[in-house]
Amino acid sequence: MKKFDKERLLLGIAAPLLAIVVAFLVTALVLAATGKEPFSAFGIMFDYGLKSDSQVYILNKGTTYYLAGLAVAIGFRMNLFNIGVDGQYRLAAFFAAALGGALTLPGALQIPMIILTAMIVGAMWAGIAGVLKVTRGVSEVVSTIMLNSIATAIIGYLLQQGRLGHLDEAGTKISTTPIPESSHFFEFPTTPTPVWGFIVVAVVAGFAYWFTLGRTRFGFDLRTVGQSGSAAEASGVDVKKMVVTSMLISGAMAGLIGMPTLLNDSYEYSGDFPVGIGFTGIAIALLGRNHPVGIALGALLWGFLERGTGKLEFEGYDKEIVGVIQGVIVLCVVIAYEVVRRYGLKRQQSRVGAELAAKAARNSDQQEVSA
Amino acid sequence: MANHDIDITVSRGTVHALVGENGAGKSTLMKILYGMQKPDEGTISVDGEQVSFGSPGDAINRGIGMVHQHFMLADYLTVLENVVLGSEKLHGIGDRARAKIKEISDAYGLGIRPDAVVEDLGVADRQRVEILKVLYRGARTLILDEPTAVLVPQEVDALFDNLRELKAEGLTVIFISHKLGEVLSVADEITVIRRGTTVGTADPANTTSKQLAELMVGSELPSPETRESTVTDIPMLTVEDLRLTATDPDGVVRAVLDGITFTIHKGEVLGIAGVEGNGQSELVDAIMGMRTLDTGALTLDGADISRVATRKRREDGMAVIPEDRHRHGLLLDAPLWENRMLGHVTEKPNSKGAFLDLKAARADTERIVREYDVRTPGIEVTAASLSGGNQQKLIVGREMSHNPKLLIAAHPTRGVDVGAQAQIWDQIREARHEGLAVLLISADLDELIGLSDTLRVMYRGRLVADADPATVTPEELGSAMTGAAAGHLEAPGATGSDDAGADSSETDPRDGGEDR
Repeated sequence: MKKFDKERLLLGIAAPLLAIVVAFLVTALVLAATGKEPFSAFGIMFDYGLKSDSQVYILNKGTTYYLAGLAVAIGFRMNLFNIGVDGQYRLAAFFAAALGGALTLPGALQIPMIILTAMIVGAMWAGIAGVLKVTRGVSEVVSTIMLNSIATAIIGYLLQQGRLGHLDEAGTKISTTPIPESSHFFEFPTTPTPVWGFIVVAVVAGFAYWFTLGRTRFGFDLRTVGQSGSAAEASGVDVKKMVVTSMLISGAMAGLIGMPTLLNDSYEYSGDFPVGIGFTGIAIALLGRNHPVGIALGALLWGFLERGTGKLEFEGYDKEIVGVIQGVIVLCVVIAYEVVRRYGLKRQQSRVGAELAAKAARNSDQQEVSA
Repeated sequence: MANHDIDITVSRGTVHALVGENGAGKSTLMKILYGMQKPDEGTISVDGEQVSFGSPGDAINRGIGMVHQHFMLADYLTVLENVVLGSEKLHGIGDRARAKIKEISDAYGLGIRPDAVVEDLGVADRQRVEILKVLYRGARTLILDEPTAVLVPQEVDALFDNLRELKAEGLTVIFISHKLGEVLSVADEITVIRRGTTVGTADPANTTSKQLAELMVGSELPSPETRESTVTDIPMLTVEDLRLTATDPDGVVRAVLDGITFTIHKGEVLGIAGVEGNGQSELVDAIMGMRTLDTGALTLDGADISRVATRKRREDGMAVIPEDRHRHGLLLDAPLWENRMLGHVTEKPNSKGAFLDLKAARADTERIVREYDVRTPGIEVTAASLSGGNQQKLIVGREMSHNPKLLIAAHPTRGVDVGAQAQIWDQIREARHEGLAVLLISADLDELIGLSDTLRVMYRGRLVADADPATVTPEELGSAMTGAAAGHLEAPGATGSDDAGADSSETDPRDGGEDR
């Protein structure tokens, strides 16, 4: 029995590895086509990407990306495509920042309040899509894309002076009122720059994700719906309730995405708050096969690519190349997984057949002997 | 290895039957012949010429066509559109194609109307469309995969007439089945496959189904007979005046179930006969709680469950062997032990409180695999890698492991090999013996007659007839299934005559024509 497990693990690792190798090959071709020497570019990326300040950067970026990957993966496990993670985390971070700036409570009270606000806002925003899906049959893909735009508009409307906006002393930048220093999240005092303490929350979230899906009845029901809605219904899962619940959880997780930036870095929500991380999360969830460890590796890889290619710009390469690599990786991953999945299934089927045939042959031999 | 050392020779102008248990390798062999899979070694020759098929297209070009067990037709298109789909280049898509379809249909007596919408056609008509589709593409050799599985006896006879017609015109038919009686009545030659290899050929003229069965499994043909009655007078499931409506794609609300009333007692098997699509699936859904009743009441063991959620019903002792095990009974990509939890995740040994008990679930899966003879190398393999019979045995084992009160068995032995079939029948008998109430829905009339204590016939969402399994014949049931007879089915004297269908329409003139 062990060998089936081992094989599955091997195949599980083969797919992303294959995807990354192919992606680098394609990128090399693209680089060569633009008249640049590809391998020195990779050399620069690796050199720079592994320096100690880069390591800190990757960990901090990875924290954000990891949470984004988890938020998307929860939907994926349910067969829901929550494209709205992007709008959910921005709206969540905005309201959490506004609340954090308005209060001056002790940190031990205020930080949980900020995080909770973010999770609730994210959950509510995602919940709209869930409710629309089960009551009106609106595809969550369509509704969450729309909700993304609406979130952008709401933030744009509220982030103005006299509403929730706050003009800084220089009078050049509008943001939410900065969060008081007592409510800043702790940091690990690494050099040259600190590692954000929120990485701890991300790890806890990853563990909770694994435990809930793999070890609880609720998680089993959720995965059942994701694998086969019809089987889930027949097995007694209330599929509609499950859709709404998982959208709420996905949205709550999305609410956490903006928190590392807000509580460890910017301390306010302004026009330069990172955008588009929800979409990065989709790529990372795909790359990590919705597995908590896989998503972590995907998140770190993403951070590394951004860091490494950022340097390329200074070396005379086009910075768009990072977009090419990332895009190609996602494409390759989707293809590689399907190829490997089919191969694995076929292989398993034929091996089950072979083992049974061997067993049957042994039995009939014995029968003949005993007869 | 699914197939090895297969030797088979099919002569032109014959009906050649290929029999064997499910999982014996019939389907794999057919896939190879039809170009869907490549053989590792060996050769195929057509008309003395060695060929190699890379795709079904190659096979079609060589005049080999396949009629699949599951029809591949677009419901909302007409017959003409379905036939020309993908072969627009042959005879166009207009009058020329229509004429060609007419010509083929007349030549082989298929009786096909090119402009009928497939949705309106019955199962037998759809099958004829599938056959025509293949002939239209120029096939001279037809492979039919379990063509009789979905037909009532009268339709089977009609199909066999069509096959004889094809044969008379010099076409070759390869007929896959495990219903031995049918094979003997229609085939000119029979090849038996066991464990992926040809074990013998038989001449239908001087072979009995018993001998064939022995060739197939190396043992006696199992029979679904149950005679000593275990029926009690304690009602387990009562269904009262159940009505269910559905909205069809045109927005019209129709009753899919109407006026359904029956009681199953402890230790009783109630069999429901009917052509598929007459409301049996909806009835199962309604009893399981997957659909909300329009009117009516359900009582399980004295408790009203009309508004109870599916999960609670299952916890309360409702076991289900679903009609479509791939869609409703299994998670194909999940390992066996996860499939063992499906539907019973809230019950022991699968969980403790809100948490799963993986260790206990795994151990219990091992037990089911052992006790129910699920042939698998282990419990970590995915459900998809098991054969149909073994998947079904796993489902039966799972459902019987939670002290059920009611067992709903929808087509429990469909696509299941003879060996597994016998085991599943044994399980149902055992369940009945232990005081379960069993609702048995099947298209296999022998199975229904053999296992049931009471029989009902379902037609267009109503229970139109009842019969005593001890005296009823498949032909009588068949005529009630097509709406030709209703009321209490009783043999009109001599049974087994060829035109029993016509006769029995007179058995109850009271409401015989009501539903037509």
